[in-house]
Amino acid sequence: MSNATHLACRECSREFPLDPINVCDFCFGPLEVQYDQGAIRSRVTRERIEAGPRSIWRYKDLLPVDDDYIVDLNVGFTPLLRADNLARKLGMRELWIKNDTCNPSWSFKDRVVAVASSRARQLGFETLACASTGNLANAVSAHAARAGMRAVVFIPHDLEAGKVLGSAIYHPTIVAVNGSYDDVNRLCSELADNRHWAFVNINVRPYYAEGSRTLAFEVAEQLGWRAPRQCVAPMASGSLFTKIHKGFEELQTYGLIDHAEIRMIGAQAAGCSPIATAWQNNTTNIRPVKPDTIAKSLAIGNPADGYYALKTMAATGGGAASVSDAEVVEGIQLLAQTEGVFAETAGGVTIAGLRQAIQRGTIDPNESTVAFITGGGLKTADAVEPHVTRPIPVEGTLQSFEHAFAAAGHN
Amino acid sequence: MATRRVRFTFEGDAVREPVIYLLGHQFQVVTNIRMADVEQDFGWVILELEGDPDEIERGLAWVLEKGVRIDPVSGDVVEG
Repeated sequence: MSNATHLACRECSREFPLDPINVCDFCFGPLEVQYDQGAIRSRVTRERIEAGPRSIWRYKDLLPVDDDYIVDLNVGFTPLLRADNLARKLGMRELWIKNDTCNPSWSFKDRVVAVASSRARQLGFETLACASTGNLANAVSAHAARAGMRAVVFIPHDLEAGKVLGSAIYHPTIVAVNGSYDDVNRLCSELADNRHWAFVNINVRPYYAEGSRTLAFEVAEQLGWRAPRQCVAPMASGSLFTKIHKGFEELQTYGLIDHAEIRMIGAQAAGCSPIATAWQNNTTNIRPVKPDTIAKSLAIGNPADGYYALKTMAATGGGAASVSDAEVVEGIQLLAQTEGVFAETAGGVTIAGLRQAIQRGTIDPNESTVAFITGGGLKTADAVEPHVTRPIPVEGTLQSFEHAFAAAGHN
Repeated sequence: MATRRVRFTFEGDAVREPVIYLLGHQFQVVTNIRMADVEQDFGWVILELEGDPDEIERGLAWVLEKGVRIDPVSGDVVEG
């Protein structure tokens, strides 16, 4: 049995059963899963977790899913790399890279969808649905295939064919909506009310969001059961960012790690930075924007959890970074060339945001820091293709090679 | 009868317009405000609309024409 007990409104604290609902009936605030903390404290130990599978399901005592319904694609327990080369470049003492490019569909979305699809199965749904331009659709399609569920994926009509392939291979039903992103948003919100489908980030969003906490659980365990002093994570809706911090806090509550002050720094691309802009303007009122950035996986103009992300920054002494598309490309290159990790544009946002936060003093270079890399580089290869190393053309002779190699400045 | 939960975002001059009042008077739509935060030149209001589905659609189209942004209460649904 799961230790989840009920949903509670993040605004007015009203309680609701563990149903497929995401908004408080009274104040329309977002709902969040609550757990039997006493049961978790008495049952969950480091040893019990360490004896579990090498996936997010080693933390199943902390997730809102019963054993019988788990949809298992072996998501999570991704590498935590000590990034000394990158640290030297940035003048840091202890930097770690949480490499979530290693998930089954190559992004952290597998974590949230693993939990959402499992809970959806437990709630009796036979259809998983989402609206997505990439990573989320990939994860939903893959998990539905694994679970034997139907997947219905909504995309904007003008989405490039290459972006659809990573979902289409799992044979979901793909619906191309003829209209703007706002039209897709509106249609899917209405469908979530009218169809008995589990829309992973609408009616089952409270469960979906819980999956992001596993990033914090893993990092703490991989650091030898301690929290880092600083985290840098990308922000789209702001959910991942807030849940990473919540995950560390929960481990402290359950006595699994010592108390730690963790500074949270969120990174956005300047072309879609409603949260970072609100932070810079010292307001919690987030103004929606029309995204215009190469960091498509972060392009959420009206972020659902932006307000909570701002609260997390303020509560932890953290901050926000906003970086240009050129800096995003540089960030991708820097990570690849120093640590051998090829990240998608969101990873470039994280690394560029890390560099900016050091320059501005938001991050202490002498403190332990984890940067969260949330998706694999082949997903956004077009963003870096014009900037990568070109081959040196040679004939198949030693003379030709020596000549061309030297001419290119090598020895 | 149907209900719709929406978020209106007002910027600039739209903040000073009695848009929600007029929505309830010009259309057969009951407006029920649940959460709001309004500053001098920017604000948002989360509200529930009740009425005939077509009347709600007509009302929302009119609100859009007034320069007010309309979103689902849960923020953007389309993710990367």
